[in-house]
Amino acid sequence: MTHQDTTQQQRAGWAEEAVTEHSVAGPNADAGYPTHTPGTEHTGREQLVLERIERARRARPRVREKLITLAHGAGGKATQSLIEAIFLDAFRNPLLEPLEDAAAVTVGDARLAFTTDSYVVSPLFFPGGNIGDLAVNGTVNDLAVSGARPAHLSAGFILEEGFPVEDLRRIVTSMAEAAAAAGVSIVTGDTKVVQRGKADGCYINTAGVGLITDGLNLGVATARPGDVVIVSGPVGDHGITIMLERGELDLDAELVSDTAPVHELVRGLLDAVGPSVRAMRDATRGGVATILNEVAKAAGVAVVVDEDLVPVRPEVRGACELLGIDPLYVACEGRIVAIVDPAAADDAVAALQAHPLGTGATAVGRVAEDPPGLVLLKTGFGGTRIIDLLVGDPLPRIC
Amino acid sequence: MRFVDEYRDAEKARALAAKIAALCEPGRHYKFMEVCGGHTHTIYKHGLEDYLPESISLVHGPGCPVCVLPMGRVDDAIALAEQPDVIMTSFGDMMRVPGGRGSFFDSSAAGTDIRMVYSPLDALKIARQNPDKRVIFMAIGMETTTPSTAMTVLRAAAEGIENFSIFCNHVMIVPAIKAILDSPDLRLDGFIGPGHVSTVIGCRPYEYIPAEYGKPIVTAGFEPLDILQSVYMLLQQLAEGRCEVENQYSRVVPWDGNTVALRAVAEVMELRPYFEWRGLGFISHSALQVREKYAAFDAERLFKLPGVRVADPKACQCGEVLKGVLKPWECKVFGTACTPEMPIGTCMVSSEGACAAYYNFGRFSRQRVREVSIESSRA
Repeated sequence: MTHQDTTQQQRAGWAEEAVTEHSVAGPNADAGYPTHTPGTEHTGREQLVLERIERARRARPRVREKLITLAHGAGGKATQSLIEAIFLDAFRNPLLEPLEDAAAVTVGDARLAFTTDSYVVSPLFFPGGNIGDLAVNGTVNDLAVSGARPAHLSAGFILEEGFPVEDLRRIVTSMAEAAAAAGVSIVTGDTKVVQRGKADGCYINTAGVGLITDGLNLGVATARPGDVVIVSGPVGDHGITIMLERGELDLDAELVSDTAPVHELVRGLLDAVGPSVRAMRDATRGGVATILNEVAKAAGVAVVVDEDLVPVRPEVRGACELLGIDPLYVACEGRIVAIVDPAAADDAVAALQAHPLGTGATAVGRVAEDPPGLVLLKTGFGGTRIIDLLVGDPLPRIC
Repeated sequence: MRFVDEYRDAEKARALAAKIAALCEPGRHYKFMEVCGGHTHTIYKHGLEDYLPESISLVHGPGCPVCVLPMGRVDDAIALAEQPDVIMTSFGDMMRVPGGRGSFFDSSAAGTDIRMVYSPLDALKIARQNPDKRVIFMAIGMETTTPSTAMTVLRAAAEGIENFSIFCNHVMIVPAIKAILDSPDLRLDGFIGPGHVSTVIGCRPYEYIPAEYGKPIVTAGFEPLDILQSVYMLLQQLAEGRCEVENQYSRVVPWDGNTVALRAVAEVMELRPYFEWRGLGFISHSALQVREKYAAFDAERLFKLPGVRVADPKACQCGEVLKGVLKPWECKVFGTACTPEMPIGTCMVSSEGACAAYYNFGRFSRQRVREVSIESSRA
């Protein structure tokens, strides 16, 4: 550190602004801030800092960026801020506000679940499926985990000039097959073609409606301490399959996407223990970890997961180790997470295991009271850590 | 999974933790610095502190190359990406690192062509595929990644690829450890040495630490049991009155390092007289630049760089965190103005940064959680 800097210096304006925004106004800005005494017992001071952070996290989300970045589409914190600060802010209404996978709307005497999703997966074709069945299954699953019986879907296509018709045929055939398998019909649609280079081959949007017949009040906000967290099978298959299929990693594994319609799996669960189910979600972008964070935040509870109980295929675990990704964040397309009353947990697992898609179903953790809003993981090594919402994007365009 | 599970065995960890507790002198407080960000990540990811007695603190060191990159160099890199016909290539963890005017992600959103790669050889491939573009590799990292950059330059030279260059920001850990040892505001009892760096440079370069500064150092692997064992080895040295370099990671680290890799680095690169480390300031002979012989592959020579220094915001205490003077949560902007979504300091960016590791994995009261888990085990 012997060299003085003689070059011109600038300041980072954005950083100074962020500091000002968060600092307590007034000359005694540091009053109440725990002072640092090296080597002293610090639990109390650390606790104060943690509380301050929680306050900062509860603050109204803002989108500071001037431009959309890939992080806004990654399903993590940036996506959440975008949804809450831009979309929810503009569209706010009681049906949208819970931000569930599908909205529950009442039409006449009927309760309907209504949802939509867009698909931009790259590559379009991958082991275990393609963008077509993904687009059908994804929307069917959003309806199913909302407790609805999926009924009708729409399909919108945005195609790039030069896209092979043969590929479109393959995609549409898969959609038809997936719709038949899920017992839904595609009843309306739309097509747009954009100039070469303005899209990447084929994007699909699907929307769907389903009938809610059980009279259940499902929602992540209803989770309460003691509830059991169940996943319906090994996690992360879809995300890692897509990643490997892109060939950027020079890794190979016998792995296929888990894309599948979960409506029958869900039906089996609801028929067995319906009133004991608090919430279900299908674990897509952001993986199981994102769902558990939604539970913790919406219900104001802690979720404690045991790493050793989370089912992960060895191939997925191996790829995740190499890439430095936690399989809990990796997308699935045919797995559900269910929050269930503890008294019904064993029956719920048994009901899921009775369906071919749920043979790997297992309880992975519990809802607890404290610390509210956090997901904790008991690591296989015997320690404890947080599983937070994802920041940044390990795997873009997986669905 | 083989070669992983055996190093994460909770049973063995408990046994080792008991041995560690037994070695601690009553009333004495121990401070060990894990130099490498990879270790910091492991410690938090596996909840390793749960196994350590309260009298042992692990202090997180400067061994995260992303964290020590000053903002001005990020601005320089973005200025390179803005040049006509340039494709900038970078490791993923560099993408969110903020400079004075934003990050690679922001720059990419504004229209530059910045691509993530997993290896510098991937960047060279992009150069081959795009002969009409100028492809630059954002070379960052400590001794661990330097050889792969050097080998890539050698391959580009051998193949006569003319549209490829590197923006060299490679730094060296040994001068940084020395700077920390020379820093007056820190009392350490020993070092957990960087395992990956040591696979390249071996253990010899650390011999000055016990010899001149009287501190033990144990080069450690990256699984949680590796780190626990290295803590145990450090305590053993202290208990037995020894002070030396030991190699816990001998399954990977040869004592003399990887001579082939070192030769490649020496062929392509040379020491800079000094280099700025974010938070630590200018450190003499602590970084590498491309030799004149390979000037054709040196983005610093090929392009004009702004080279403007950007001062860290006053509130940012990355320097103290990097030197281990402050715990991440003791920084005044930690978790409020500075979060992983909007990092002011680089320690909050990379998953190997001490602040990001603490924020993402350790942001809870261990005491409260212990009480909770005792309650739930009773229930």
